[in-house]
Amino acid sequence: MSVFGQSVMRLEDAPLLRGEGAFAADIDFPRQIHMRVVRAEMAHARLVSVDVTPALDLPGVIAAWSAADVAEVPPIPFRATKVRGLEPYCQPILAQGRVRYVGEPVAVIFAEDAAVAEDAADLVLVELEELPALLDAAAEPTDFDATRNTEPTIVRKSYGELDAAFRDAHVVVALDLAIGRHSGVPMETRGAIARYDAAQDVLELHGTAKKQHWNRDEIARLLGRAPSSVHLFEGHVGGGFGVRGELYPEDLLVCLAALRLRRPVKWIEDRREHLVATNHSREQRHRIRAAVDAEGRILAIDNVFFHDQGAYIRTHGARVADMSAGLLLGPYRVPAYRATGHFRLTNKTPAATYRSPGRFEGSFVRERLMDAIAARCGLDRVEVRRRNFVDVSEMPYARPLDALGTDVVLDSGDYALLLDKALARFGWDARVADVARRRAAGESVGLGLGVFVEKSGLGPSDGVRMTVDATGAVELVTGAASVGQGVETALAQIAAAALGVDYRRVRVVRGRTDRIEFGSGAHASRVTVMSGSATHQAGLALAALAKQTAAALLQTPEDALEIVDGVVRRVDTPEGASVTLGEVARALAPGTKLSRDRATPGLTVESWFHSDHMAYPYGVHLAQVALDRGTGQVKVEHYLVGYDVGRAVNPMLVEGQIAGGFAQGLGGALYEEFRYDERGQPLSTTFADYLMPTIAEMPPLDILVTEDAPSPLNPIGVKGAGEGGTNAVGAAIASAVDDALGGRGQVTQLPIMPRDVLRFLAEGAA
Amino acid sequence: MKAPAFEYHDPTTLAEAIALLCRLENARPLAGGQSLMPMLNMRFVQPDHVVDLNRIAELSGIRVLPDGALEIGAMTRQRDIERDARVAQACPLMVEALAQVGHRQTRNRGTIGGSLCHMDPAAELPLVCAAVDAVVRIAGPGGEREIPFAEFPLGYMTPAVGPDELLVGLHVPAAPKGQGHAFLEFARRHGDFAIVAVAVLLDPGPDGRVARASVALGGVGPAPLRLAEAEALLRGTAVEDDAIARALATTASLDPMEDALVPGWYRRHLAGVLLGRALGIARERMA
Repeated sequence: MSVFGQSVMRLEDAPLLRGEGAFAADIDFPRQIHMRVVRAEMAHARLVSVDVTPALDLPGVIAAWSAADVAEVPPIPFRATKVRGLEPYCQPILAQGRVRYVGEPVAVIFAEDAAVAEDAADLVLVELEELPALLDAAAEPTDFDATRNTEPTIVRKSYGELDAAFRDAHVVVALDLAIGRHSGVPMETRGAIARYDAAQDVLELHGTAKKQHWNRDEIARLLGRAPSSVHLFEGHVGGGFGVRGELYPEDLLVCLAALRLRRPVKWIEDRREHLVATNHSREQRHRIRAAVDAEGRILAIDNVFFHDQGAYIRTHGARVADMSAGLLLGPYRVPAYRATGHFRLTNKTPAATYRSPGRFEGSFVRERLMDAIAARCGLDRVEVRRRNFVDVSEMPYARPLDALGTDVVLDSGDYALLLDKALARFGWDARVADVARRRAAGESVGLGLGVFVEKSGLGPSDGVRMTVDATGAVELVTGAASVGQGVETALAQIAAAALGVDYRRVRVVRGRTDRIEFGSGAHASRVTVMSGSATHQAGLALAALAKQTAAALLQTPEDALEIVDGVVRRVDTPEGASVTLGEVARALAPGTKLSRDRATPGLTVESWFHSDHMAYPYGVHLAQVALDRGTGQVKVEHYLVGYDVGRAVNPMLVEGQIAGGFAQGLGGALYEEFRYDERGQPLSTTFADYLMPTIAEMPPLDILVTEDAPSPLNPIGVKGAGEGGTNAVGAAIASAVDDALGGRGQVTQLPIMPRDVLRFLAEGAA
Repeated sequence: MKAPAFEYHDPTTLAEAIALLCRLENARPLAGGQSLMPMLNMRFVQPDHVVDLNRIAELSGIRVLPDGALEIGAMTRQRDIERDARVAQACPLMVEALAQVGHRQTRNRGTIGGSLCHMDPAAELPLVCAAVDAVVRIAGPGGEREIPFAEFPLGYMTPAVGPDELLVGLHVPAAPKGQGHAFLEFARRHGDFAIVAVAVLLDPGPDGRVARASVALGGVGPAPLRLAEAEALLRGTAVEDDAIARALATTASLDPMEDALVPGWYRRHLAGVLLGRALGIARERMA
């Protein structure tokens, strides 16, 4: 039986379970020094002066820099936007002239140990002249600098006859909806350890994640080096979620220091820093309108929104706003659409992507809208969705929209089928009856749903090199990265299935720029689709080469051979003559007769997979909640995630992704929020104030993984599984809470706070 | 988040610890470390000396006195108290509260004395001590003194322990026969400090009516708050619904703390809701 599709154990776990992992903080080099960042304590201020000399007097301090000392390093560029004109809003590696958020790096200290560095940081004199803080992205823009305001761009997308649709509508449903500021908060904070190997003239950066190759190229460019003289290394990563592995000021500062000071430089972010320094996400306000006909069918959607980017534009450019505009429509047929995304800066920590970026927000907005349409048209909430689904017969379904620089073409999907399966598995009808009984007895209970389309497998290209050595062990070198999601296991399974070996014989090398020239890392639910497809192709090509070679060795026609468990043998006489893959590799070693017929010796192939369009997984979230009428607490009593991933390489890993993703969605729906006071001081700077859900908050979670719509865009039919667990949690829980309140549409913002629920209950009773 | 430099001391006897505290300027005693260590790492406190109490064996342990009352050493781990059958017998309120103190992992290290001296306004253990009229023992250079818990809080996060003194233990009277108890709190997540917590004790008299009521609120004022008026209203009643309603009415005049994350009205509202529920539970348990 092929290992593809089996819930086999993770290859990654042995060192992690033994405490032998190599996370950023585990990495040490001889003679290393430690960096500490001095951060702005005002949200918006003129930076009058920075005096680092008192810090330099402290024994153990080696250097201290402010902006003037790093003036030659350009600000951090973008990797992910096609919007022009955003460059003036990039973040300098140390604040210049103004500070724009609490937590902005203002100076850095380098010292013999981390505690001394922190002592010294307290001695740096930073003179600030406070300016008014802008904290509401929906308020009128103010001045960013002398010539620019705080709205760098407006993201516009549209198609169809919008005005006519609104004119002819049976009803127009309009909502004002808001998603709170929260983000990925991995168990492992960021870390960066730079080392300059002067003997080889190579700069190394360790503790990296997600985007090693792009970051390598940019670090090289910004520091004036050849990319081949800079290498990035990934060890273990304790969660990525979008925020880890982007290029941040600290990454450049440690590299610059390693070059200048000629000593390894280590920086480990502490948790308090993390909550103000690492990318925030999600905060968006939508004023959305739908034109609807008498049967509850959508005629048009007008989506005006305000995206709170925070103080600077980071590596993602306007990507989250772009996706909030381009991917809002989800599984529904919408004849006319217009998105106007006000991409705005405020005096908060800069924002970027967080697991299911633009879609967690968009699904909340769209599904609140669907509930409102159902209410206005007197339709059942499930029925109104069915009526508006893109039908399976319409696949592939091209929307006249783009997102992430590629046209939105829904590749495959049977949305109605998954909804049916999810409702049946959840026991929706029985729960409807049960909820009615409990309400009659005085309880506030409700059911909610969210239907969505995810996206995955962003191209354009990914390559792998797959090699069998003389012992028969397989090495797969990929430009993908791992943020802990099981990349090694999934790729090993794909490789093993295509080649015909035990997956435990496959060593996956990832996240290293010194082993492969190109790579796209790990983001956007792309690894299994892109690197997985390249791996599949490589495995097949390697199998073909092995059979061709074995055919010569065994004097047997190639097509009579098969590869099973690393042995090439005859299909018709499996017990007869055979060769191992190790023997085949030896027969192709440099200098052998067989190797001379080939461009390169060895049992090795490199394979590339290209894709112009994304693969779109889709899902259904169903929730049952009960409200505590005294405290306002929302208790999620039962939850189901139904998700179609095309094909699951390892269903256990898919379910793990969904469960973890759900927990993060639950945080955004009910608990997590970065709050600020009126002067822009962050109020959520510890885990006592920024409430991550724990295992105690996790409800009973059921996961239904289906494989009804394999992607036609890749040879293994897969779609990404990383983000579907998060996508519609806000949508489904809001829907359920609103239902428990009587279906009045009172729930218009996330997170849903207990005291808001109390207010809604009081309004409902009045 | 690296602690500032300090000098570390690890005395093995109480006398030695007191002597250190008398001698050293700007010293902080370290109990289970569940509050002090994060505060040090965040540099909220910057002592020059830390006096570690963990090696002082005489400060740990639970003793039952002839009258059934408990003597609990200040350095006794919260988890050890929670799992002790004698505590369950003598003070079930404390066991019920302990289940909501942090997490099992923090209770393995956290001590009862540490919690009382840290005195977070919403902490569970000070609230229990307020409700049960515990007596605390404080040692200093001149010997030991005992004070009722009501006199222990001097203000927000300020216990009545001098810079050269240590809380060494507490005396917890045994619950009278038939006592009904309840401890409830509301926190947004399990294990967090409560937004509001309520402890209730109802002691029945020979007639089955309430002879003595104890009602205490946490998270409302700077320190645990006894609602004397509510207690008086409950005395002599059979805790009928209208008696509960009269007791609850007293929460309307509360003037709770307010902060950027929790408005005062919400704390006041929760105080009423939780007190109503707690009285209902304690009534059921009163025998």
